[in-house]
Amino acid sequence: MKVELRDPNTIMKLSRLGSFHQSKLSFLRSFLSEFKDWEYKRDLFNLDQNGYGEAVYSFKKKDRVYSLVCFANEIKDEERSDRVIATKWDAAFTLHDGTPNSEDIDRLKNEVPKQEVGRLSFKELTLSRANKSVRVFNHVVESLSEGNQPDLDLLSKVGYLYRTTAVYGSGKFGLADRFRIKNREEINGPFRLEMMLVYLVRQFTFDQVNHVAYFKNPKKAVKLDNKICKNLGIGNSTGLGMAPFIVNHPTLLNNWILSRETALKKIREIRIVKKEESELFKDCVKQSLKNITSWNTDSEYQQIKIKSLLNDVEKFIKYIENDFDFEIEYPFNEIYLWLEKNSCEECIEYVVSIMMEPYNKITQPLVSNMSSDEDKYFNIPTTRTIKELKDIIETRYQNILNIDFDKKENYQNFWFISKNKEEPRLADRFVEHGSELEQPLAIARDIKKLYEILLSEKDNLTVAQFLSVNSELRHVVRRAFIIEKFPYSEIQDNTISKSIVPIDMLRLKLSFFGALKFDPRSDKWLRICMFQGAPLPNELKNYDEQWVYKTIN
Amino acid sequence: MRSLSEIETAVKRASRAVGFSWGNSEEVGKSVRQLELFGLKGIKNLNQYYKEKETKKFEDLNLISETNETSLEAYCPIILGISFLDQIKTIENFKTIKFKKVAYPILFLSFLSRASEISGKKIHAVFDQTEILLNLNVNISSNFFNQEFPEFANEIEIKFIDNKDNFNDLDWNSLYKLAEDTFVEESDSLKQGAAGAGLTDND
Repeated sequence: MKVELRDPNTIMKLSRLGSFHQSKLSFLRSFLSEFKDWEYKRDLFNLDQNGYGEAVYSFKKKDRVYSLVCFANEIKDEERSDRVIATKWDAAFTLHDGTPNSEDIDRLKNEVPKQEVGRLSFKELTLSRANKSVRVFNHVVESLSEGNQPDLDLLSKVGYLYRTTAVYGSGKFGLADRFRIKNREEINGPFRLEMMLVYLVRQFTFDQVNHVAYFKNPKKAVKLDNKICKNLGIGNSTGLGMAPFIVNHPTLLNNWILSRETALKKIREIRIVKKEESELFKDCVKQSLKNITSWNTDSEYQQIKIKSLLNDVEKFIKYIENDFDFEIEYPFNEIYLWLEKNSCEECIEYVVSIMMEPYNKITQPLVSNMSSDEDKYFNIPTTRTIKELKDIIETRYQNILNIDFDKKENYQNFWFISKNKEEPRLADRFVEHGSELEQPLAIARDIKKLYEILLSEKDNLTVAQFLSVNSELRHVVRRAFIIEKFPYSEIQDNTISKSIVPIDMLRLKLSFFGALKFDPRSDKWLRICMFQGAPLPNELKNYDEQWVYKTIN
Repeated sequence: MRSLSEIETAVKRASRAVGFSWGNSEEVGKSVRQLELFGLKGIKNLNQYYKEKETKKFEDLNLISETNETSLEAYCPIILGISFLDQIKTIENFKTIKFKKVAYPILFLSFLSRASEISGKKIHAVFDQTEILLNLNVNISSNFFNQEFPEFANEIEIKFIDNKDNFNDLDWNSLYKLAEDTFVEESDSLKQGAAGAGLTDND
């Protein structure tokens, strides 16, 4: 049986993209799988008794070494802010290419804590900073120093000791350009070095909390239990900075979604599912309920989504336990069709993610297809005709062409770069100033405008001739030729409408990172947790691949 | 040191700020990034050009022919470059292409370099005393390195170089003979068992 890939016009709607969940294809899981047999080491741990100082952690294999260099600093409570406008953080980090010497560490000590206003070199690969969850960190220090393990209820509510507020890579602030390292086999997957940084930061937070507790009370202090450590991750506060990324990297977006869609298609095409595969799938679905019930958020929007997800997952479990027979042919196809009929978008995508669990042989080869050589698709094929361009738009942007951009609510918002922090922002064009400096992120509006102009052009005109007098539409002409080859490269929705929910764009990206427990703090930023339940570095050589569903918190 | 990614982003934004469309600004970002990668002074020249652009009205050339002459100000190297890139498949058939008066020719070079890759042919550009070979966007070679590029070219002449060997048959045969010294003479029995042996190829 041949199953078609799902229609981009459905899958690339924002509400659907905002319902995606982590899966085996997620970058933090593929990072762990790639680096499981690397040698992990703590090379330097030079903190004072209050936990301030520097530390270095590394992964090494043959001649290749990646080192996380950490700087923990004292800051006042009033200086601590997760907002991008902050200038001081509890800790700052960089991933160094190789083993840093003392000169490197001195140089980095000067630059890394300054973050965006510091300068890094081509020897550094990623940059980040993080703040303590003061409530949890202090509680853990108190408990350990008294010889006790911390209150699991409190830990469970938060899920981490530190949260990062930005992770930068790919040439930002002088960091190495991607092209310098793109041929390294071990990083042939998106954001792999960013994942490494966050993973090693997580270990630093455990070592620091143990260290501070010990010096608080050397005679009584105990170490944080490894099982508790394992069930703590790293938090992250993410704002709109992440949203334009998925618009600005169309071929990359396509490769992420296409890998997921290909995995689903192949799983639906499996005729006979082995008992151990169906059992693993059912087990993961059931175990995952803990992830949903321990998902805390004050956001009403997210609470409604969680409630409906929980209801539908419970209904789904009843269905597979009581009314479904895995011995039929193409069982996952039946399951998928049932989900489409009986579940919300959030639940469909949730179960789709879990379907991948038994199928390493399907997901593993797809992981290496999730990067993109974007420059290869940058040039516009200018010898093509207007007729061909029109055909592409009519086929690939059907939903977009139905939007009426004469209605105010359909172009209410605009994207801009803030002067203070050079970060993307979204604002109401009828309330805020600056819409004349709008960023080219209103793809739907501009594609529709292009199409309307094309309607009055001669079919046999070349794109080169058209562009010579319509340069203001060049950015969308380029995109139209990209989507012709990459059907999942474009959000099939209006990114400037009054009703846009920007966190849908963030959730899409974060789900591919492998984030859990999305906690929107407004419609423009959210908190998440990464690596919660993941193996500790010294457990990497032999770990349970389904750790995501087995957290105790 | 600025990364190429920083360079591309800053150039794109600056180009938009001086009035180019977003799509054209993306092209400038990509091109100046390439110049800097090749060790040429893209940022410096772009900066000077944008300053000069505030007071001068450079000419846009949207349709390229064999001889292109402006009666007013010099040609804008960016619109000229984008037109060259877009029309490469048409103009590559011209024997030579001449442009009179081009501002900041180094900026035009970056587009020529990308055009060379698209057309699959090397491009030879001569302006004033400067000779430049644009080699399929892999590198740019010139007799002008370590000198300041002029801010203005009176005339630029461009030729597409047909793909042909850079050496003669004598040199090739001599080298190939040496390469043959790594081969082994096959025995008759091995020849009989090789692919296709014993079959008629007229089936």
